[in-house]
Amino acid sequence: MAYSEQVIDHYENPRNVGKMDDKDASVGTGMVGAPACGDVMRLQIKVNEAGIIEDAKFKTYGCGSAIASSSLVTEWVKGMSLDQAAELKNTTIAEELALPPVKIHCSVLAEDAIKAAIADYKQKQSK
Amino acid sequence: MDIKKNYFEFIGLPVSYHIDLNRLSEQARELQKTLHPDRYAHLSDQEQRRAVQYMAHLNEGVATLKSPLRRAQYLLALQGIDTHNESSTPIDPMFLMQQMELREQLESVVDAADPYAELDALTAAVESELQALRADFAQQFETEQLDQATSTVRKMQFIEKLASEIERLEDRLDD
Repeated sequence: MAYSEQVIDHYENPRNVGKMDDKDASVGTGMVGAPACGDVMRLQIKVNEAGIIEDAKFKTYGCGSAIASSSLVTEWVKGMSLDQAAELKNTTIAEELALPPVKIHCSVLAEDAIKAAIADYKQKQSK
Repeated sequence: MDIKKNYFEFIGLPVSYHIDLNRLSEQARELQKTLHPDRYAHLSDQEQRRAVQYMAHLNEGVATLKSPLRRAQYLLALQGIDTHNESSTPIDPMFLMQQMELREQLESVVDAADPYAELDALTAAVESELQALRADFAQQFETEQLDQATSTVRKMQFIEKLASEIERLEDRLDD
């Protein structure tokens, strides 16, 4: 199957690969996985006092589409408020990357990951 | 003979996760003898076609029952649970964290002083994890705890993926 140019670009030059301290109260960590293909994705956000996502990092073990989806999300959410980031839809990701139907689940995984990261951050703040 | 029968019944084994692999091979060999399409060369096209179908069903059945992961998935499928195509299912975060760490460990193997020793250690860890999951599944399935059995199969899928990544790296190191 041929990957789109957008996927190849993110796959070859992934943005924001890395890890933040998950014990930091300003960091939210989302861990998700797709059992059918065994992909594992970690997406982290660093949120400032104004509730804006200052930084985002990811690490994904999976196919090119999963890597591209999470890479794209870290680029997009920087500068967004938590509410804006929570509204990110997998369809927007899939469209931007021109994912074929069999790879749509990779964009779903990335949407789940950002939602999980936001939930983790909020849970930390409420403590 | 009936290809609508499930693989266990078709091959003549009890429907269970515990399987006698020797018996599986023996039964399969017997069936292969009776089903081999060459034996039907003198018969009508329709009968020959049926023989080919039987053979295909048998081969697929043997491959499915032999593999510990595929056998578990198949047993769940017989109960109407599809673990093949699910994409996004909530997975225990602790388990995912551990999967992440194991994959990071695998990634750092190439830079290790003795990559083969690191790979052996990883292989051993993965193998013992798989053994434990298979034992869990057998117990959960026999006692009809299907939700737990399903979540065990999902874990197996992640570990099997890791095992195949380890194999791939091994091949690369050998080159």
